[in-house]
Amino acid sequence: MGALQSIPGQPEYADLAERTGFSLEQIGVLHKRFKQLSHNEETLRRDHLNGIPDLACNPIRSQIIEAFFDRRNFRQNIEGTVDEINFEQFLVVMSHFKPPRLHITEEQRESIRREKLRFLFNMHDTDNDGTITLEEYRHVVEELLSLSETLEKDTAQSIADAAMLEVASISMGHMEPDEFYEGITFEHFSKLLNGFEIESNMNIRFLYTDTMNLCK
Amino acid sequence: FLARLHQRPRCPHSPAGVGKSLPERGLLLLLMVFVFLEGSVLPLGAASSPDVSHKGNVDNHQVSDVVHNHTKKAFPVLDLDYQHIQTPFEISLWVLLASLMKLGFHLIPRLSGIVPESCLLITVGLLVGGLIKLAGEEVPPVLDSRLFFLCLLPPIILDAGYFLPIRAFMDNLGTILMFAVVGTLWNAFFIGGLLYAVCQIQPANPNPLHTLELLPCLLFGSIVSAVDPVAVLAVFEEIHINELLHILVFGESLLNDAVTVVLYHLFEEYSGQGSVTVMDCFLGVLSFLVVSLGGVLVGAIYGIVAAFTSRFASHTRVIEPLFVFVYSYMAYLSAEMFHLSGIMALIACGAVMRPYVEANISHKSHTTIKYFLKMWSSVSETLIFIFLGVATVDGPHAWNWTFVTVTVILCLVARVIGVIGLTYVINQFRIVKLTTKDQFIIAYGGLRGAIAFSLGFLLDKDLFPMREMFLTAIITVIFFTVFVQGMTIKPLVELLAVKKKQEAKRSINEEIHTQFLDHLLTGIEDICGHYGHHHWKDKLNRFNKKYVKKCLIAGERSREPQLIAFYHKMEMKQAIELVESGGGVNLPTAVPSTEHPAQEASSAKPAERALPQLPKGREEEIRNILRSNLQRTRQRLRSYNRHTLVADPYEDGFGDFLLKKQKMIELEKKIKNMNNYLTVPAAPPDSPTMCRARLASDPQAYRGKPDSDNVPTIHVDLASPQSPDSVNMMDEFRQAGQQQKHQQQEEDQGLMMKPPSGQRGPKKPGEADSDRDQQKLTRCLSDPGPSADEDEDEPFLP
Repeated sequence: MGALQSIPGQPEYADLAERTGFSLEQIGVLHKRFKQLSHNEETLRRDHLNGIPDLACNPIRSQIIEAFFDRRNFRQNIEGTVDEINFEQFLVVMSHFKPPRLHITEEQRESIRREKLRFLFNMHDTDNDGTITLEEYRHVVEELLSLSETLEKDTAQSIADAAMLEVASISMGHMEPDEFYEGITFEHFSKLLNGFEIESNMNIRFLYTDTMNLCK
Repeated sequence: FLARLHQRPRCPHSPAGVGKSLPERGLLLLLMVFVFLEGSVLPLGAASSPDVSHKGNVDNHQVSDVVHNHTKKAFPVLDLDYQHIQTPFEISLWVLLASLMKLGFHLIPRLSGIVPESCLLITVGLLVGGLIKLAGEEVPPVLDSRLFFLCLLPPIILDAGYFLPIRAFMDNLGTILMFAVVGTLWNAFFIGGLLYAVCQIQPANPNPLHTLELLPCLLFGSIVSAVDPVAVLAVFEEIHINELLHILVFGESLLNDAVTVVLYHLFEEYSGQGSVTVMDCFLGVLSFLVVSLGGVLVGAIYGIVAAFTSRFASHTRVIEPLFVFVYSYMAYLSAEMFHLSGIMALIACGAVMRPYVEANISHKSHTTIKYFLKMWSSVSETLIFIFLGVATVDGPHAWNWTFVTVTVILCLVARVIGVIGLTYVINQFRIVKLTTKDQFIIAYGGLRGAIAFSLGFLLDKDLFPMREMFLTAIITVIFFTVFVQGMTIKPLVELLAVKKKQEAKRSINEEIHTQFLDHLLTGIEDICGHYGHHHWKDKLNRFNKKYVKKCLIAGERSREPQLIAFYHKMEMKQAIELVESGGGVNLPTAVPSTEHPAQEASSAKPAERALPQLPKGREEEIRNILRSNLQRTRQRLRSYNRHTLVADPYEDGFGDFLLKKQKMIELEKKIKNMNNYLTVPAAPPDSPTMCRARLASDPQAYRGKPDSDNVPTIHVDLASPQSPDSVNMMDEFRQAGQQQKHQQQEEDQGLMMKPPSGQRGPKKPGEADSDRDQQKLTRCLSDPGPSADEDEDEPFLP
């Protein structure tokens, strides 16, 4: 990191700040981190993220990393994945974890909530078809349990099955005899996590990143 | 079908509180008689001590005189010796009074809706005290400080600590500490200082207030400024406020004990000398750290020892609850011995030991602990409020208008200013900011209670000549907060539309997503390079899993992940519910003892019994039933996975694909119907029909699977620390059962294919369809076909 790079381009920061809602200081801090992760390159790739040592013990590591490269999270309404992202896209993904401001209207709160739920939904729905099928849900549960030494595949599957049943009963209520439960749609998903207060829980603090104290 | 008609819908037993029926009248009459009895017996008891002579005592004297004279008298066939049993008798009488009062309040539902229980209890105490005084006797010194601190307070605090929602507590720990420490300090100094100033500027007649020094004022300030956990619990329990506010106010009331202890001792020590130097202040700060951290350490040590002990208790299940109680009580006493904060020790002990102990002990012990804690804390709380009323009538009062009114006003003002100021600072650091409404409730919920009174009672009369005035003022503040604030907080909560507690039915989805979210946020923090909240929580969890659990939890459970533990708990609940609804009856003939269905159905009265006694063998069967139910489900769900069917969902003919699927479903139905009514055993799994359509609900098809290996061992034990803390276990079970029934019904209707029977009326979850359950179970284990059996009356239709 030379002296050239330490003075960020202020106009472009202002632009980014407007688009993502971060403050200028937060963007500065995140930019430093981005550069550190990508070894001062312009784009970030999967293996950069894979190299973070702390992330190694996270059971859902691969899904988190995938989320960064998932175009659905770039707020552009396109699907598919990319192999490398630039700083702006990195920021956009991170902005899903910004806490809501104190004084916002009910609609704004609702839209923030939907956005965060959408992020979660995209993480589960790996094949981009708009529903979380049983297989995908099973995969989620298996990943969650993957760190435990005694993994009983049966139990993981039955947990996922029980969960699907629950979703079905909550969202569909009374189903016709020949009706077929496709999978969890986004609407069902948000109904399911209704009591979760996602907009207050799915946040991290952005300002106090200690960039000195990092890997590599 | 007829049997189903006879099934009455299960509804919880609701006593008709409105009309005054005969038994209720009887109970009210009993209560009145009892109160009078109490009023008359207690003076009798008080009088039988050798100091006071009373006619009840005269007999004893006569007898003893006679004995001394060594003359022969008639052998007493019936004798009255009250002194022999006096103390336990009186204690029991008080406890009985408290319990009957609790019963009595619920007979007058309108009253208990408006007035919180604590107010009613204080009123009762006032009445009893008044009666005793009317009878001309001296009121027994019931709110003796030793009795209060050693016997009445610990059960309440242990109950609070054991069932503390750790997650919410830890998430808000910073805020709680700010309110507890800084808030209490602010209150104490503000009230004490301003009170001193007001006393000094009194109009110049030789006013008793002028003799009040600064240090006693500060001492008074520190006593009256602490928010009381008992009062907060009593009031907040009834208003069902949202978890955040509850934990903030309640946590504050628990943690401010350390501050109160230090300030109290500091000012008491130095009131004699009349001055406090900087050195003393520094020592005070040091002392605060020692008191609080020491208390927590003592509690944690006892907690770990208790957890370790419970690991070996598998052979003597009966005394398991005792370990929890005794170790906690000893933690409290040990902390009090060193003048550390006993309350914090108790909280730490309960909170530390709970996850490990719950993984080790049996289900029955868990229930026992829960019920005993609730029972003791309930009785304790009732007694405290009654005694407060009695002590009010008793204590020597020195009313001083200025002092008392200024105290009350200052308490309110100090609290409001403190909360607003602190919130402003705290909001800089919180992710979820506290709104004005939140601040109002926090300020309004700062109730004072019996701890303040007891601390005042402990003051030495010689050092503090104004002790009586202090006590009067403390009592007035307590009455004001409990009555005025306690009564009005409920309507205010409604008015301000503060968020209420959501009846969290912990579902497996929420559990999955809680864990998922934790890991996700930890991961994002790692990517950001920010060693935040989640990072450390995750590290602690990993440490816990790797080292601590192995030590403290017996056997297999130490390696069980939380999700699986939660799932097992749910299974167990549903199994028990199944048995209770009579569904566990028609077990397959493989079971040696089959009971008559009618007997079982009639004996299973779910509303009354808390838990059925399940012999081990029966649990195994039930577990197998549930497991096969779920396997059935899995089988069904698998057959609905789009990916096992024909087309690739990404190809273009998506609409065609759906049509194809419909046809497939119909084909499957046809095959199943044929299967059903031909009473042939189901086609083997690899027959072409089966392969194509993967019919479900075919236990024979997968009985070959070695599922027994994968089935976890049977425990009667409960596992996860996430258990919901309500006492009302019956409701939990009923809800779980309804959910289960609902699920089973959904299972049958939604995720499954079956011959469309037109007769699916609206399913009321509450319907006790045990008949249906029985049939489901039999079907599940012995029948080859799907659900058509139960609708035997319906015509066969394609």
